[in-house]
Amino acid sequence: MSVSSISSVSSVHWFRKGLRLHDNPALLEAARGSHTLRCVYFLDPWFAGASNRGVNRWRFLLQCLEDLDSSLRKLNSCLFVIRGQPANIFPRLFKEWKVSRLTFECDSEPFGKERDAAIKKLASEAGVEVIVKTSHTLHDLDRITELNGGQPPLTYKRFQTLVSSMEPPEPPLEPLTRELLGNCVTPISANHRERYGVPLLDELGFDTESLDPAVWPGGESEALMRLERHFGPDSNTAWKENFERPKMSSSPLLASPLGLSPYLRFGCLSCRLFYYKLTELHNKVKKNASPSISLYDKLLWREFFYTAASNNPRFDRMEGNPICIRIPWDRNPEALAKWAEAKTGFPWIDAIMTQLRQEGWIHHLARHAVACFLTRGDLWISWEEGMKVFEELLLDADWSVNAGSWLSHSCSSFFQQFFHCYCPVGFGRRIDPNGDFIRRYLPVLRDFPAKFIYDPWNAPDDVQRAAKCVIGVDYPKPMVNHAEASRLNIERMRQIYQQLSRYRGLSLLATVPSNHMEVVGANESQGATAPPTCWRTHSSTSSHTGVRREQQGASRARHSITRQRHALSHRTSPYTIQSDLTERSHEFAIPKQPGRLIWPAGGGTRRSEKEEAGLNRCHGDDGPSSSSSAPKAQDDEKMQEDAEGVAFCS
Amino acid sequence: MSNTQNSSLRPSRMKRRLSRDGEDSPSSCEGPTDSCKRVRQPTVDSGDLPPDWACLPQEILLHIFQFLPLLDRAFASQVCRGWNEAFHMPELWRCFEFELNQPASSYLKATHPDLIKQIIKRHSNHLQYVSFKVDSSTESAEAACDILSQLVNCSLKTLGLISTARPSFMELPKSHFISALTVVFVNSKSLSSLKIDDTPVDDPSLKVLVANNSDTLKLLKMSSCPHVSPAGILCVADQCHGLRELALNYHLLSDELLLALSSEKHVHLEHLRIDVVSENPGQQFHTIKKSSWDAMVRHSPKFNLVMYFFLYEDEFGPFFRDEIPVTHLYFGRSVSKEVLGRVGMNCPRLVELVVCANGLRPLDEELIRIAERCQHLSAIGLGECEVSCSAFVEFVKMCGRRLSQLSIMEEVLIPDHKYSLDEIHWEVSKHLGRVWFPDMMPTW
Repeated sequence: MSVSSISSVSSVHWFRKGLRLHDNPALLEAARGSHTLRCVYFLDPWFAGASNRGVNRWRFLLQCLEDLDSSLRKLNSCLFVIRGQPANIFPRLFKEWKVSRLTFECDSEPFGKERDAAIKKLASEAGVEVIVKTSHTLHDLDRITELNGGQPPLTYKRFQTLVSSMEPPEPPLEPLTRELLGNCVTPISANHRERYGVPLLDELGFDTESLDPAVWPGGESEALMRLERHFGPDSNTAWKENFERPKMSSSPLLASPLGLSPYLRFGCLSCRLFYYKLTELHNKVKKNASPSISLYDKLLWREFFYTAASNNPRFDRMEGNPICIRIPWDRNPEALAKWAEAKTGFPWIDAIMTQLRQEGWIHHLARHAVACFLTRGDLWISWEEGMKVFEELLLDADWSVNAGSWLSHSCSSFFQQFFHCYCPVGFGRRIDPNGDFIRRYLPVLRDFPAKFIYDPWNAPDDVQRAAKCVIGVDYPKPMVNHAEASRLNIERMRQIYQQLSRYRGLSLLATVPSNHMEVVGANESQGATAPPTCWRTHSSTSSHTGVRREQQGASRARHSITRQRHALSHRTSPYTIQSDLTERSHEFAIPKQPGRLIWPAGGGTRRSEKEEAGLNRCHGDDGPSSSSSAPKAQDDEKMQEDAEGVAFCS
Repeated sequence: MSNTQNSSLRPSRMKRRLSRDGEDSPSSCEGPTDSCKRVRQPTVDSGDLPPDWACLPQEILLHIFQFLPLLDRAFASQVCRGWNEAFHMPELWRCFEFELNQPASSYLKATHPDLIKQIIKRHSNHLQYVSFKVDSSTESAEAACDILSQLVNCSLKTLGLISTARPSFMELPKSHFISALTVVFVNSKSLSSLKIDDTPVDDPSLKVLVANNSDTLKLLKMSSCPHVSPAGILCVADQCHGLRELALNYHLLSDELLLALSSEKHVHLEHLRIDVVSENPGQQFHTIKKSSWDAMVRHSPKFNLVMYFFLYEDEFGPFFRDEIPVTHLYFGRSVSKEVLGRVGMNCPRLVELVVCANGLRPLDEELIRIAERCQHLSAIGLGECEVSCSAFVEFVKMCGRRLSQLSIMEEVLIPDHKYSLDEIHWEVSKHLGRVWFPDMMPTW
């Protein structure tokens, strides 16, 4: 077989994300010099229709596949939608189609990497050459990690700095054309439609009767049309809506016909094409100024989370996720259901959740609002639960970006300004004072006057009756008292962060790592090049010896970053008995071992370098079987399991 | 370190070592240095054999154990009898945090019931610093009370009852909670710190606390305890003259309380934290006389007054009318420009200010005034508060390097003719003398 493959190249391009013909380097590789080309997509009907969950997402996907199929047909080719799991089916396909080359787009996400490694193995066993190309992200993410000293950057600022030191992304490639295909053909059997056709939504078991038309139609053609629209007569509006930094007030909450995020997620639109078009648009609208890096914020946040997740299979969990702070979230299925089903009794929250369920997209300020409400703001429910709901409902929920955003919104990682809590009443009112957004998605509240539309429970009875909506009967009462909930939650967050920072004073802000300090901390612990931000480090060396002591262990911190973060846990010291509150400013330093005991005896609150070194030696001498580094992983495990053992000094 | 414990443990260890090493001079076992030598000897003698870890002197073992989390200690205790005995040394059981979680209401593991039993049986008299972390289920709160009521032969120095999610102690029958808590109050006699926020503690139980622990009590945190009355807390302040830290809700704060805390017999207060929470919209709040605050400042010139406000905008009427010695101010809900203006006028001791939200108009003049008049301000955090870029820069310039914490969301900074968003970080960094960025939430 390998002999025959030299004479005749038979290629398979495997679509996963990257559902497009433009800027698709792996697809071009598949076509290059081959005699046959088959483009496949694996679809496991098991995952679909079982319940009516995520219907918008499935519809979007099928529309993408339809579009891909019809574009391929224009090239005398077509799409093969294969029912089942790639690992089960590829070996058979390799034989049946005499495949000699398999191409696909690089998937940087841990699950994808694992799957691809398995397929690569199967391919090599079958003598199939595998070609993988990066095109779902702007850059090769491993390069970014490498530039940062082997660890993904932990702050967006740091990430921006790294990216701006790199060469710009590669320009997008031309779409696949008949010319590029040359003599390459796609063998299509007579029963292609039955075997490999794109299924219909109801074939997958979805109830399509009651389905509204798609607000976000899927597919590459739609994506490119939307992109072109930015260059139409309304460039300026397009610019404002999409690329000016969002303002707290007057942000468009409705789906825009210019929106692109779902297309990026499914890869109907190449992020590199978007990147270069954005530059072009900037130059068109802002004639003189050269674009600053913040222009690419949307793309770079996406890239940032992809990078952060690339080597972290537990990026979407709290337990065992080295970058996630452990917060003792409440497990409360009833409250979670109210949130997910738009029955919280807060019109602003419920309208957003309704829009999400109906259309599959919500504005990013709206995401902040509902995410904050579910987690640290009001309900104190785990971000993982919210992430799962978004995963089901939100069209642009890339695994990495979805998890990363939830980590940020819940102040579990990346963003830690936990005192910025969005009010479920005031925040919406600021953006849309008249409440038109609420009236659109919650018609039951349509007749409430603007004064009460965000807090209808405060409306007098006659107002409720006049609006034909009695709160508690026609629309639920608010499920929490926001003032009370935020009081409790802020206090819990404060305690958690206080424990992390080992700060013992009264200041709330001092427990919050500044976004910049984290850069310093992150870098110290990774032994990377000096960050561009050393002023503050200097100021702290001079005056805050206590804090410096905590930061000294740079080299040790390198191997113990995982351990620190595990240990961050929720072991909040119950209270600050020796609160050395002071006028001198406390600065946050990433503690080396925040979960460790604080010992009443011995004066110090942490063990000294020497002590710890000695301790490590003890471990090392333990016997030939256990080197000093080997038990580390176990140790982490234990520390995590270990629910006990915190103490506080008297 | 407890010597009695050490000596009582030593014989058994010695015996074992003697039998193993074949040594017969028990006198050489005195003191840690000697023991150390002994420990090393076998290694020297037997060449490749590993050192005999079972013979580590108890003092060293204790020292090591102090740095190990409980689970590691538990593993270690299975190594040999000596280590097992070390595991039970009282020093290692002074502090304990009980974590009471139910699988149905928490993602976190709970302290194992067997461990709890063992602690109550073998170590309850060693416990001194105890806390309970309880999830949102009533069951967990009940379990905590069960443990509390078994702590009859211990003398706690600190006790913390912490609700990690919804306040579940509040769902217990009051009498049940009170009887468990008073077990500790009555038996401990030397409590110095007590944290019982969000619990149904009441006046009579505080009386029991005072009757037994008045000489030692230094810290009392009882925010949002609805069953305590101003008279109840006044009784504590009147008799616990060593009280240094106190946290309570505004409805318990009275002129009398402040005067009691500033009486001559009373030590200087260090922290006073007041939560101002509105229970129902439109609630009327009482006022505190300026003279009472003045008395406090005279008596405890360095005390910190921390105030957390969770009020509707129209409930701020009685606040910040007169000068108030507040040092840390946190506005958890929207607060009007007018109130922030009054803060600028009447809070000369202000060190930290956090404003979660304000109305729709930019906060420019208010910030400038605060910079002007609050000369100690060193930390500020602004949430949903719009500020123009030039006013913000002006504010930072006026405060300069004393601003050690400065936090604002990027989206609330309004660019103007002087500064764009890209310029502001340079400008602010310049005045702060360190690199600074506004905070950013991810944009999807």
